[in-house]
Amino acid sequence: MALSKEQIAQRIAKEVKDGYYVNLGIGIPTLVANFVRDDISVEFQSENGILGMGPFPFEGEEDPDLINAGKQTITALPGASFFDSTMSFGMIRGQHVDLTILGAMEVSQNGDIANWKIPGKMVKGMGGAMDLVASAENIIVAMMHTNRDGESKLLKECSLPLTGVKCVKKIVTNLAVLEIIDGKFHLLERAPGISVEEIIKATEGDLIVNGNIIEMKF
Amino acid sequence: MIKKTVANVREACEGIKDEMTFMLGGFGLCGIPENIIGELVRKNIQNVTCISNNAGVDDFGLGLLLKKHQIKKMISSYVGENAEFERQMLSGEMEVELIPQGTLAQRCEAARSGIPAFYTPAGYGTEVAEGKETREFHGKMYVMEKAFEADFSFVKAWKGDEAGNLIFKGTARNFNPAMCGAGKITVAEVEELVPVGELDPNQIHIPGIFIQRIFQGEKYEKRIEQLTVRKRN
Repeated sequence: MALSKEQIAQRIAKEVKDGYYVNLGIGIPTLVANFVRDDISVEFQSENGILGMGPFPFEGEEDPDLINAGKQTITALPGASFFDSTMSFGMIRGQHVDLTILGAMEVSQNGDIANWKIPGKMVKGMGGAMDLVASAENIIVAMMHTNRDGESKLLKECSLPLTGVKCVKKIVTNLAVLEIIDGKFHLLERAPGISVEEIIKATEGDLIVNGNIIEMKF
Repeated sequence: MIKKTVANVREACEGIKDEMTFMLGGFGLCGIPENIIGELVRKNIQNVTCISNNAGVDDFGLGLLLKKHQIKKMISSYVGENAEFERQMLSGEMEVELIPQGTLAQRCEAARSGIPAFYTPAGYGTEVAEGKETREFHGKMYVMEKAFEADFSFVKAWKGDEAGNLIFKGTARNFNPAMCGAGKITVAEVEELVPVGELDPNQIHIPGIFIQRIFQGEKYEKRIEQLTVRKRN
């Protein structure tokens, strides 16, 4: 079975280490917060200006002056801080944020990522994604392995306008966990019940498969 | 004490004209200068360029100006929530420059601080960097970005005093501080305007030197864009 969005988030949560400051993108990445082990200390940064972001507020306690980058109402945990956009992106570009998790429309085998524009069709903008991918040392992409037509989103070269070049190191899809090393995808783990052959078929870019590929457990 | 107070939003917006460039604070609908936007709509000024992270929603925020076709050009980082915006952009009725969010903030900050340009890694190797100077520092490539030039900065703060000192609340701070002093004239609207001496100087986020006009907004709707809550157990 391919992973659900929650399971993708659950698998990525294992990459979050004690003491990390983490920026979560919109969509699947936001779900990662729900699966981080509670015996480690992690702080979530939202680029609109909060460090120490907490869960959604209880009904009736929402504050219009307290939102995340997805414009959702949130809470601030004890120890949280607010700051302006300039300082927020200073944290990001200055590499003070340890891990960035974001979604993608396409990723190429040399680590390029495209996630902000489909020419003539969808132009929402890059938001903070270009700043994040250009600066972060540690980027994990959460995405579906293929699009609605079954075409691979892990490509030799991206076809859509790029968000950043040679920046993605790790990808967690509904089918597999992959790493990018020396311009190629490397298969690390497979979703429960998904064969290596199925992953090869769903990957357009060069895919290296070395030895026995472990099956993820949930 | 140099007094910055004006009586109301009409006085605060004196001198705005067609074809001008405005900076407007806010992230989504959070921390936007609601009263000033209302005045821009009422005065029906035309062909303006707006520098703002987002473009509001169809019936609130900058969406109100969009609906009346008052905006010639938008400079933003994310415009996903506005159907009318997307229509005007794709049909070519309105010019749009999409730039990375950190670059947008820094171009405001640079304008305020007398820095004509700076280098950032954001957008290198993408269409955002096309036609721009690039340069290598310590083995990494950067794109040169220039400070904005704007006629007015319109910001919204939580509290302010008669000297123009400002305090922001929560994530309503966002782009507002970087825009203070970045335009030729900065107009601040606040929820609560207090006499000088009432704000603790230790707590002030933006000193009054960057503000030319300040007034207390008549009312604030503070619309929530995405209401997300959890149930009590």
